[in-house]
Amino acid sequence: MTNTENFVHELAEKHGRTRNALMPILQGVVARDKYLSEEAMIAVARELDLSAADVYGTATFYTFLDTVPRGKNVIRVCKTISCHMHNKDEIIKALEEQLRCKVGETTSDKKFTLLTANCLGWCHKGPVMLVNDDVYPELTTQKAIEIVQEYIRKSN
Amino acid sequence: MSKYMVNLKINNIPISVEEGTTILDAAKRLNFHIPTLCNHPDLSVAGNCRVCVVEVKGARLLAASCATPVSEGMEVFTNSEKVRIARKHVVELLLSEHNADCTKCFKNGHCELQELASEYRYGDHIFIDLVPFKQKFLDISSPSITKDTSKCIRCQRCVRTCAELQAVSALAVVHKGSHQTISTFMDKPMNDVVCTNCGQCINRCPTGALYERNYIEDVWNAIYDPNKFVVVQTAPATRVAVGEDLGLEPGHRVTGKMVAALKKMGFNKILDTDFTADLTIMEEGTELLTRLKKALVDKDETVKLPMMTSCSPGWIKFQEHMFPDLLPNLSTCKSPQQMFGSLAKTYYADKINIKAENMVVVSIMPCTAKKFECNRPEMRDSGFKDVDYVLTTRELAMMIKQAGIEFDKLEDQHYDSILGESTGAAVIFGATGGVMEAALRTAYEIVTGSEVPFANLNIKPVRGMEGVKEASIKIKNAKPEWSFLEGVEMNVAVAHGLANAKKLMEAVSSGTANYHFIEIMGCPGGCIGGGGQPIPTSPEIRRKRAEAIYAEDMGMDIRKSHENPEVVEVYKDYLGHPCGHQSHELLHTHYVERKRY
Ligand code: SF4
Ligand code: SF4
Ligand code: SF4
Ligand code: FES
Ligand code: FES
Repeated sequence: MTNTENFVHELAEKHGRTRNALMPILQGVVARDKYLSEEAMIAVARELDLSAADVYGTATFYTFLDTVPRGKNVIRVCKTISCHMHNKDEIIKALEEQLRCKVGETTSDKKFTLLTANCLGWCHKGPVMLVNDDVYPELTTQKAIEIVQEYIRKSN
Repeated sequence: MSKYMVNLKINNIPISVEEGTTILDAAKRLNFHIPTLCNHPDLSVAGNCRVCVVEVKGARLLAASCATPVSEGMEVFTNSEKVRIARKHVVELLLSEHNADCTKCFKNGHCELQELASEYRYGDHIFIDLVPFKQKFLDISSPSITKDTSKCIRCQRCVRTCAELQAVSALAVVHKGSHQTISTFMDKPMNDVVCTNCGQCINRCPTGALYERNYIEDVWNAIYDPNKFVVVQTAPATRVAVGEDLGLEPGHRVTGKMVAALKKMGFNKILDTDFTADLTIMEEGTELLTRLKKALVDKDETVKLPMMTSCSPGWIKFQEHMFPDLLPNLSTCKSPQQMFGSLAKTYYADKINIKAENMVVVSIMPCTAKKFECNRPEMRDSGFKDVDYVLTTRELAMMIKQAGIEFDKLEDQHYDSILGESTGAAVIFGATGGVMEAALRTAYEIVTGSEVPFANLNIKPVRGMEGVKEASIKIKNAKPEWSFLEGVEMNVAVAHGLANAKKLMEAVSSGTANYHFIEIMGCPGGCIGGGGQPIPTSPEIRRKRAEAIYAEDMGMDIRKSHENPEVVEVYKDYLGHPCGHQSHELLHTHYVERKRY
């Protein structure tokens, strides 16, 4: 078994092999790899005796289950109306300049992927962004840049 | 126990129906037609298209009649102002993102969306035209199935078909919202995924989003080519179904008219796959008896039982993907279509003095998987591509119309000889259980010298639409050379539709099943419900086609394959004996393991 197959096997041992184990297993893979590779989805399908198309269908339904490679840190800036009215465009522009990559792209050192997301439920404290699982509300362009710099420092 | 009855009114007319009935079905009983798109009699309820909405008195929202059960005292209106407007908008919204180039569409004239649009006579669209913003994707990778996402209304009938009836799930709903499409794993081409080419999704797709790869022009070109000798074979199930696409009701037997039409169209010889169905029985029956002898007497461990039939190419590909460990259990016999092809370009070509390279073999099949099968690299034992083109029953009907033939006015005609003679045993290949019944009629007689112990040769236990059928026959008075079978209880099983096949294969794999012989047909009902048969399909329509098949059997002079005089002759003249050397060269094949993932 490859490393991925082993990992998926362990997740299946932990969460079981019924259909409702599919989500936690997929989330487990994303937590480790940041995305679902073709190999990982096949491994999941095999463990759960599902068709690969079914696994792919589920994965593509959820924004947070990526099926394309992502950087080590995934930044998601809320793009929905409240945050939009609180200048989310400025935040995005600042981050694009700081990271030197556009929304939807990954930095060349593979450390960051910059994405937008729909409402994150923090409308009262917008604009807001997520870095991996951590929420950063009440952003200013200055704050956003500092947060990213902090991640760069941590990963060096 | 009788079910609880519910009283309601539909368009002010009182009706009483069983608890659990949907509004849609209750309305049907009063002859009120409610349009549907995502609903299908073979599938679970999806309730996603909303075209079937009705007004229920007192309810704030309109109800999807296909997904709403009746309740006591309900008052339903199927054509109120509210309903009409909503229904119009639903269809209009679908059309606003639909690539409606009907004149270029293969489903033109056979499309449920087009039918609705024609009923409502839409003028200028009231919604924004989204078609220019949609990514079009036409997948022609498969020799059987064409998929055009620009025609898809996302009703998911195909997805449910592939999951519920076929247990394959090659298709799934992927992405969401405005990006939602029906696609495959990683959006791979259809030819690269687990699809069995069964075509059941095509049979249930209401639009032109899924249809067969068609070879109509290629076949006309061959017919018009003066240097080509074009031979056509017709599968058993086509003769009880092609009429449906030519204005007749389901269940019409049109064998003679179909032959007459093919003659008028200009084929050089009209021959019958039923002939090679009889030949299949000789080969497969002999193979079964040989396997039984090797397993029971010689204790040869390499011989695998139960033996499984191999005439359904959708089933074969399913097995290659899903149960490769059981490939040794498959009979090595080619399907009747391929036996025909290899014999046509060898034995027959010699007989009629035509060069095989000038011969074009066309098959009329109830099947889309046979289009894939004829392209398998194994299927060239004559030294040429054994079968050149496969047309579905539907494509044949289109060609008959193109040729300007008034089908119902045709006088019956007979198949040409040789390779045109057949028996009742061959025609029942078209219905689930038929191959089993035909094989038993012959094998029992080979072993005992007497007819199978069923009234009129009709082996009723293997007939009918039960998903998995079982039967046992005790062998009595075996001839001396078959004495090891004396008193043996032959256990057989029959399944149709790949979901049922899967159940049976799981039982075989786990060792809980104790069968000698298994018949599997990839499509629900067998070939009569094949992926190339006229659309629509339903349990009722398939039942009528099956009845017609058994009526055809009863009408035949000869009803046992081994008594087909042309079969007897081909062995004497050319093949030697069943499963002999020549047969192995031309009539048998092997299988390849394919990936499920
Ligand atoms: S799918 Fe139906 S409505 Fe759409 S183009 Fe084809 S025939 Fe017309
Ligand atoms: S042809 Fe059969 S196996 Fe292939 S996608 Fe359609 S239903 Fe599924
Ligand atoms: S391909 Fe056909 S059956 Fe499948 S969702 Fe689209 S329209 Fe419906
Ligand atoms: S709109 Fe941004 S969190 Fe709700
Ligand atoms: S037919 Fe009822 S919702 Fe589609």
